Amino acid sequence: MIRVELLKMARRPRTWVSIALLCGLPTLVAIFVAVTHIVPPPGEGPTLLSAVLSNGSLYPAAALAIVLPIFLPVAVAVMAGDTIAGEAGSGMLRYLLARPVGRTRLLAAKLVALITYTLSAVVLVAVTAYITGRILFGTQPVAVTTGGGLSSGTIAAHVAATSLSGTAMTPADILIRTAATIVFIAVSMLGVGAIALFLSTLTDSPLAAALGALAALITSGVLVTLNAAGSVNPYLPTRYWLAWVDFFREPILWRDIDRGFAVQAVYVVVLLGAAWANFATKDITS
Amino acid sequence: MIVTHALTKRYGKVLAVDRVDLDVHEGDRYGFLGPNGSGKTTVVRMLLGLVYATSGEIEVMGKPVPAKVSDVLPQIGALVEGPSNYGHLSGRANLALLDAAGRKSSGRPRRRRISEALDRVGLGGIDNRAVKKYSLGMRQRLGLAAALLRSPRLLVLDEPTNGLDPQGIREIRDLLGELNAAGTTIFMSSHQLSEVELLCTRVGIVDHGRLVLQQDLSELRALTGRVIVHTPDADRAAALLDGRVEQREGDRLLVTEADPAEVNTRLVEAGLRVTEIRPERRSLEEQMLAVTSSGSDRVDREDAP
Repeated sequence: MIRVELLKMARRPRTWVSIALLCGLPTLVAIFVAVTHIVPPPGEGPTLLSAVLSNGSLYPAAALAIVLPIFLPVAVAVMAGDTIAGEAGSGMLRYLLARPVGRTRLLAAKLVALITYTLSAVVLVAVTAYITGRILFGTQPVAVTTGGGLSSGTIAAHVAATSLSGTAMTPADILIRTAATIVFIAVSMLGVGAIALFLSTLTDSPLAAALGALAALITSGVLVTLNAAGSVNPYLPTRYWLAWVDFFREPILWRDIDRGFAVQAVYVVVLLGAAWANFATKDITS
Repeated sequence: MIVTHALTKRYGKVLAVDRVDLDVHEGDRYGFLGPNGSGKTTVVRMLLGLVYATSGEIEVMGKPVPAKVSDVLPQIGALVEGPSNYGHLSGRANLALLDAAGRKSSGRPRRRRISEALDRVGLGGIDNRAVKKYSLGMRQRLGLAAALLRSPRLLVLDEPTNGLDPQGIREIRDLLGELNAAGTTIFMSSHQLSEVELLCTRVGIVDHGRLVLQQDLSELRALTGRVIVHTPDADRAAALLDGRVEQREGDRLLVTEADPAEVNTRLVEAGLRVTEIRPERRSLEEQMLAVTSSGSDRVDREDAP
């Protein structure tokens, strides 16, 4: 069943169009930056972008920062929202279940396909960005910040501004830190996917499921910046999304990263459990 | 083959299926009839384990449903509420994906089975066009092919001839007849009475969620003990058969007499011409109308005169 789901996903033009768009945006940004040599002032604009002019190897991380706020969550929400609701909407759900495919197995196969998509999307963005980065920017040695406890906005500034005082990163170092970033972002996106997947078992409309998940993210995004909502702040799904920047410090600051992983793990486990409980006992009337 | 006891399904306050006792025998061609919204589809979905019953029991091929539904589903081919498919893929690709889903099927290789199923429904020469470009009739045939993929023992078909032209309906009827002769039990829901009359051996009629009638079609369509006569000499015939003519419409007489030969002899001996004579049978339509009310798709005004 997993093979069938992966095959179905691979045969949908939408899968490839969304990945192409995800890879296209950072490439576009890279071309503009390389041509004009104008980067956002440190602390503004996409994270790490100000640092890439000196070293293209940092561009994968910067590219992920570019797609992270909107593009990537939208793509993942659309794919995850489509999982069950899409089959229900097209009327195939009843035929799959009557084949028979067990409901739990179908959900598991959909989940595997979703994880595969998320991971491929993040990795492909990073790989494309590495190639464009190496071609368009130099590869001078980079320095990491030694500061800690700063908000993510100023970290970017730090990377560029304190490059003289920071320790230099070897290419292997950058590779490992970028790989860790990929894992962190993929897990964060899985949290988004879990929200959309759960909603997908509630409704027969893939659009409603995807938009519902995005609405949840926007709500979370608003509350994160709101001091009055400080009491729920640590539990919001988008709270630690930018914590991966801490991978690019020396030493790595694990506090927010650990919390980020923990929050996403709770969301994923709870929502997948709810999705399973709902789907396994649901009347299929689509 | 299919047995249900007091099968009931409630959606909130709405009672969709009310204590239905179905009894479909092996080898039957069972026609499941009822007005729109009478609960036919809900029953079909419960038989396939898609919808869970509120109360009551279902047994399909001797196994309880939905508890053991995954044991019986591989032997069932189903067409529920119209065919569905992935519109961007070809017909063959759709069947291949559906066949690959679920448990591995033993026996002949997939490609062969797909070709055979397509041949059976008259799509053998289908090209690689995407299904979204198919006509309604082609999709219906493809849906039937999907139901036939695994040579099922039981076919559960919801409106199998929907969207087909008279030629296509005839083909599908012949196909179902052949399959049934080879041992496949057919359970089809329909509101096309003529189809059911032509194909089925047994009918069940539901109305407002209740099974109001379940009978062999031959019993249902029993002789009424009357004879229908068409004659250009209707006045004289009526006089001759005085007292036994129950009804007269132009040159058509309804005569209370079981034996058409007897009536014919009397008329001919009296020198009267007979253009048509036959025993009257109860029609499925009359029976159906007698036991059902109008479907849920009719919505009358509250203040209607």
